[in-house]
Amino acid sequence: MIPEATFHFAGLLAQAVPLAPGSHNILHPGAPQGSHIEWLYWFIFWILLAVYVLMIVGFTRAGAKSRVLSREPLPISEYPEGDRRAKWAVGTAVAITVIILFVVLAISVATGKRVAGMTTSKNPVTISVTGHQWWWEVTYPNPQADQTVTTANEIHVPVGTPVVVLTNSADVIHSFWPPSITGKRDLLPGYSTAFWFQVDQPGVYRGQCAEFCGLQHAHMGFSIVAQSVSDFQAWQQQQLKPAAEPTDQEVARGRAVFLTHTCLMCHTIRGTDAGSRVGPDLTHLASRKMIAAETLPNTTGALAGWIVDPQRIKPGARMTPNPLAPDDLQALVSYLRSLQ
Amino acid sequence: MKRLPQFVLMLIAALLLGSCKREERVLRQPPPADETLNVVQISGLNPGANSIPTPPPSNMYEESAYTVSEGQKLYEQYNCVGCHAHGGGGIGPPLMDNNWIYGSEPGNIFATIMQGRPNGMPSFRNRIPQYQVWELVAYVRSLSGLLPKYVSPSRPDEMNVKPSESSTPHQNPTGITGEPEQRK
Amino acid sequence: MTESIIEKDRQVTRLTPDPELPGRLERTWRQHGGIWGWLTNTDHKAIGVRFMVTAFIFFLLGGILAALIRLQLMRPENSFLGPDAYNQIFTMHGSTMIFLFAVPMMFQGFGVYVVPLMCGARNIAFPRLNLLSYYLYLGGGLLMWIGLLTNTGPDVGWFAYVTLSGPGFSPGHRADIWAQMITFTEVSALGVAICLATTILRHRAPGMTLNRMPILLWEKLVISIMVIFAMPAVMVASSLLLLDRLVGTHFFNPAEGGDVLLYQHLFWFFGHPEVYIIFLPGASIISTLVPCFCRRRILGYTPIVVSVIATGFIGFGVWVHHMFATGLPQLSESFFTAASLMIVIPTGVQFFFWMGTIWHSRLQLRLPMLWVFGYFFVFLIGGLSGVMLASVPLDTQVHDTYFIVAHFHYVLIGGALFPMFAGLYFWFPKITGRMASETLGKWHFWLFFIGFNITFFTMHFLGLRGMPRRVYTYSPDMHWQTLSAIASSGVIFMTAGVIVFIVNVFRSRVAGEIAGNNPWGDASLEWATSSPPPAYNYLYPPTVNGRDALWDALPDQPVVVGLRDDIRETLVTHSLDTEPQHKDEDPGPSIWPLLASLTISATFVGSIFTPWAIPVGAPPVIITLIGWLWPRGHSPTPMRGRESWSH
Repeated sequence: MIPEATFHFAGLLAQAVPLAPGSHNILHPGAPQGSHIEWLYWFIFWILLAVYVLMIVGFTRAGAKSRVLSREPLPISEYPEGDRRAKWAVGTAVAITVIILFVVLAISVATGKRVAGMTTSKNPVTISVTGHQWWWEVTYPNPQADQTVTTANEIHVPVGTPVVVLTNSADVIHSFWPPSITGKRDLLPGYSTAFWFQVDQPGVYRGQCAEFCGLQHAHMGFSIVAQSVSDFQAWQQQQLKPAAEPTDQEVARGRAVFLTHTCLMCHTIRGTDAGSRVGPDLTHLASRKMIAAETLPNTTGALAGWIVDPQRIKPGARMTPNPLAPDDLQALVSYLRSLQ
Repeated sequence: MKRLPQFVLMLIAALLLGSCKREERVLRQPPPADETLNVVQISGLNPGANSIPTPPPSNMYEESAYTVSEGQKLYEQYNCVGCHAHGGGGIGPPLMDNNWIYGSEPGNIFATIMQGRPNGMPSFRNRIPQYQVWELVAYVRSLSGLLPKYVSPSRPDEMNVKPSESSTPHQNPTGITGEPEQRK
Repeated sequence: MTESIIEKDRQVTRLTPDPELPGRLERTWRQHGGIWGWLTNTDHKAIGVRFMVTAFIFFLLGGILAALIRLQLMRPENSFLGPDAYNQIFTMHGSTMIFLFAVPMMFQGFGVYVVPLMCGARNIAFPRLNLLSYYLYLGGGLLMWIGLLTNTGPDVGWFAYVTLSGPGFSPGHRADIWAQMITFTEVSALGVAICLATTILRHRAPGMTLNRMPILLWEKLVISIMVIFAMPAVMVASSLLLLDRLVGTHFFNPAEGGDVLLYQHLFWFFGHPEVYIIFLPGASIISTLVPCFCRRRILGYTPIVVSVIATGFIGFGVWVHHMFATGLPQLSESFFTAASLMIVIPTGVQFFFWMGTIWHSRLQLRLPMLWVFGYFFVFLIGGLSGVMLASVPLDTQVHDTYFIVAHFHYVLIGGALFPMFAGLYFWFPKITGRMASETLGKWHFWLFFIGFNITFFTMHFLGLRGMPRRVYTYSPDMHWQTLSAIASSGVIFMTAGVIVFIVNVFRSRVAGEIAGNNPWGDASLEWATSSPPPAYNYLYPPTVNGRDALWDALPDQPVVVGLRDDIRETLVTHSLDTEPQHKDEDPGPSIWPLLASLTISATFVGSIFTPWAIPVGAPPVIITLIGWLWPRGHSPTPMRGRESWSH
C-alpha cells in the first residue's frame, strides 16, 4: 500500500491555489468512507495519468517522426512491414487496456462494497433527512414520540458510530452530499433509500445540495457536527426539551410577536402554540451555528436581516418578508436567540 | 429580401418588449409601508364630488402563472385544506362552485381572508402578508374556473382525495368466499 | 439475390465526351431561384449547408449564454444574474448546445452534405423528408429561443428532471416549451437518420461493397440506427411530461403511484446514446482526415468498423451510470460500471489504430490535421476522466459537480467541436470552391485550444473542492473564487478564436485561393467532382474499385451511363454488393415540406397552449401530407423495371 503522503504530495503539486476549508473537499476527507473514495481516486488517477502521458507521447512522436513539410499532396505510400509491427503493437495496447479496465473494475467494486457495507456490531444512530425547497429537515426517529429529535440543517452525530440516513423528499429531487465524509445520495420524492456514514474525527463538516432543485439550489447547505458520544448525548437531551421559557420582559414580548405574526403560520416552537411544519423547526434555533441552510451566521444582525427581508438574501425562498416595527423586531430576535 | 433583416429585428424587439406576463416571476415583493392598512375598497361608489366610480381592485397576481401556483402551494401550507378541502368544502363551504356567499371579485375574497367571516372563517390579518393573500385570492378564483386557462395551475404534485389503485392494498373481493383474507 | 443486369465479361467502351451533357443535366437538376427556390430546395448540398449554418448560429447563441454564466460565476455573491435568469440561461445553454447544435451539425449537417457525395449519388434518398427535417429543426429552435426572449425559456436544466419540471414546481409554460422542442428536434433527427441510412444502403456507387465503404459511411449508418432506437425514448419521456403538465396525468407524481426514476431511465436511455450520436461523427471525421493527411490507407479498417458498431451497441447499455447517486441496488450498478468500462475498448482501438496510421506515414500537418491533433489531446482527457466516473464510489463524490462539467465539456468539445472545425476546414473547399486561410485557421486553433483548457481544466479542481453544478452563486467562504475567475478568463480566448473563424469563413469565401476538385488529394468520391459540385453532383455516377475510391481507381475506371438527363434519375443499387438494381426518380423541388412543417409546427406549438390545437391542427397536417404523397404520375416515356445497360 503506497503511503498516503505520496498521494497528498502529488495532490498539492496539482493544486497551486489555496485549498478550500478541509470540511468540504473530496480530497480532504475526514471520515473512513471519504478516505476510501479518495484512495480510489488517486489509484485510478495515477493509472490514467500514465495512460494519458503514454498516448500523448505516442501521438507526438508519431507526428514528429512522420512529418514532412511540403504543402502539395504527396503520392500514397504503403508500409507493409511497419504496419505488421504496428498491428502487433495495437493488439498489445488493447490487451493492456483490457487488463487495466479489469483492474479498475475490481478495485472499484471492492471499494464500493467497503463504502456501502455496514458493520452491524455497533448501535447505529438513525436519522431521517427530508429535503425541502431549500432546507433540510432532520429527525432522529424513535419509537417513542417524545424521544424524537426534530431539527433542521445542522446534523449532530457521535464520532466512531455508524449513522444510518433514511432519505426522503417533500417536493423535488435533492441530493445530500457531505464531500469530506462520503459520496452523495439523491433524495427522491416517493422513494426512501438508506445509506450510512461514520465520522471518526470530531469537527464540523459542511455539505451542500447537489441536485438542481430550483431557485435557491445554490444556497441549500447543511453541516454535520461530529462530537464525542457524551457531547452528542447531551445535545440530544437538550434538543428534546421544549422551548426555553422567557426569562425577561423583552424575550416574553418577542414570543408574543412570534405568536401574533406570520411566524407561527410556518414554524414550530415546541412548548408554544406554534406547530406548523412548513418551515424549519425553531425550538432550539440558538443552538445552531448557521441559519438559512448554511447561508448566514447565526448572529443577531444576520437573524434580523433574514427575518425582515429573506428575499434579498435568497430570492425565491419560501419565507415571506416580515416588516416588523423596530422594537418588535428587537424583541423577536432576543426571543429567538434565547432558544438554546 | 433586403427588408428582411430589419423586419426580423423589429419582430425580436416586439417580442422582447411584450414579454409574457404569464411567466413573470417577481421573487422579492417590496414590503408595503404599512401592513395595518389592509382594507380594500370593494364598492366602486363614493359619495360626494368624486362622482366617477372607481373600479374595484383587480388582482395583478392573476396574470402570472407563477403567483397562482404559489397560491396553490400556500393553500396547502396554510391549511386552507383543513376546512375547504381541495375546493370541495367540508367544515367550510366549497370553493370550486359558483356560490359565492360574499362575492367572487378579488376584493371580496381578499376581505374574506383578511377579516374573517362569521361562522368560523378566521381572520388572517397580520398572519399572512398581503401579497400572499392576493396569491391565495388568485388561486381560489382559479378553483372555480374564473381565471384563464393559461395561468391556472395544473394538477398538484401531491395526494388526491382517493389513493390511486397502485397504492391501495389488495382488497379481497367480498361475497366470493365469505372468509376473511389472511394477511401474510 | 437478384439477377445481375450487368453482363459479365463486358467490353469497356470508351465514352465519347458530350459537351452538351453538363448543360442538360444542370437544367434538369437545378433548383428554382429566388425566395420560392430557397423554400422548396431539396438539393442535399443546400440543405446540408443550411443545417451547418443554422447549427453554427445556435452554437454562437449558446456560447453567448455560456459567457453570461461565466461572467456571473466570476465572483462570489455576484449580482449580475439573479437565480431565475441564471436558471433559464444555463438550461438554454445546455439544451441549445446538445439539441440545436451538436446533433444538427455533426450528424445532420455533415451527414446530409457529405454522405450522398461520398456514395456517388446524385442526391440524398427521400429529399423532401430531408427538407422537412430541416424545417422542423428550425421550428424547434425558434420555439425555444423565442421562448427565452419572452421570459418563457425553460429553467429546469437540460434534462428537466421531474418533479422539478412537473406541474407542481414549474408553473407556466417554460417546461412545456422545452418538452415540445424535444419533439421537433427528435423528429428532425429521425427524418435525417432515415434519409442517410437509405442513401448509404441503397444509393452507393457500384463497386462500393460494404467491405469497401469509407469509415465515415459506416459511422453514419451506425449512428442512424442509434438515432432510430434512442429518439423514441426521449420522445416518450417528454410526452409523458407534457401529459402530466397539460392533461393532469400522474406518470411522475409519486403521491399517486407515479415514479420519478421512470423519467430518469427513459431520458438517459436516450441520453447516453445521444452523446455517442454526437461523438461518433467526430470520430468518423478523424478516420477520414487521418489517412488523407498521412498520405496512406488507414491501418485497421476492419477493427475500426467493428469498433464503431460495438460502440453503437454497447452505448445502449450504460445509461444507468448517470443515475449512480440515486441508490439503485449495488449489483445493477456494478453491471453498468462494467459496461461503461467496456465501452472504452472500442474507442481505445480506434485511437491505437489512428496512432498506428500516423506512425508509419508521411504526415502533412495542414490546418485540418492540426485540429485532429487537438482532438487527440482534448478528447483523451475527457475519455479518461470518464473512466473515473464509471466507478460508482468515485461517481457518488463527483457526480453533479464541476468535475462532471469538466468531463463532459472535454468529451463534447474535444469529441465533437474539434472534429467539427477540422471537418469544416476540410470540406470548406468542396462547399465553397475556395481554400480557407491557413494562417487565420492556426490563430483560431491556438486561441481556442488555450482558452478551452484554461476554462475547463480548472473545473476539475473546482469539482474536487466540492463545488456543485448549476449554482448561480457561491459564498466567499468556500474559496472557489480564484479557480472560478481563472475558468471565466478562458472565455476571452475562446471567443477570440471563434471570431477569427468567422472572419476566416467570410474572407475566404470571396478571396480564398481557388481550390480544384481535390486540393487535399483525398480518396473519397466527393473529391472526384468539381468544387463546389454541380447540381447533379457527378456527370456520370462513378464506380469504385477499392476502399479508397480515388486512390484505387483504375486509369479507365468505368462510370455508369444510362441515366436519363431530361428527368431526375438516380441509381439504386443492392445494399451488399452494389449491383445496380433500378432507377428512381428524384421528386425535385417541392413546397410540401414547408407546408407540412408549418402545419405540424402550428399543431405542436398550439397544443402547448390549448388542447384544441390537436383537433384543429390535425386536418391541415393531413391535407399537407396528402398533397405531399399525391402520386406524381410518370414522367414521359416511363421506365421499365429493368433495363439492359450498355457501356
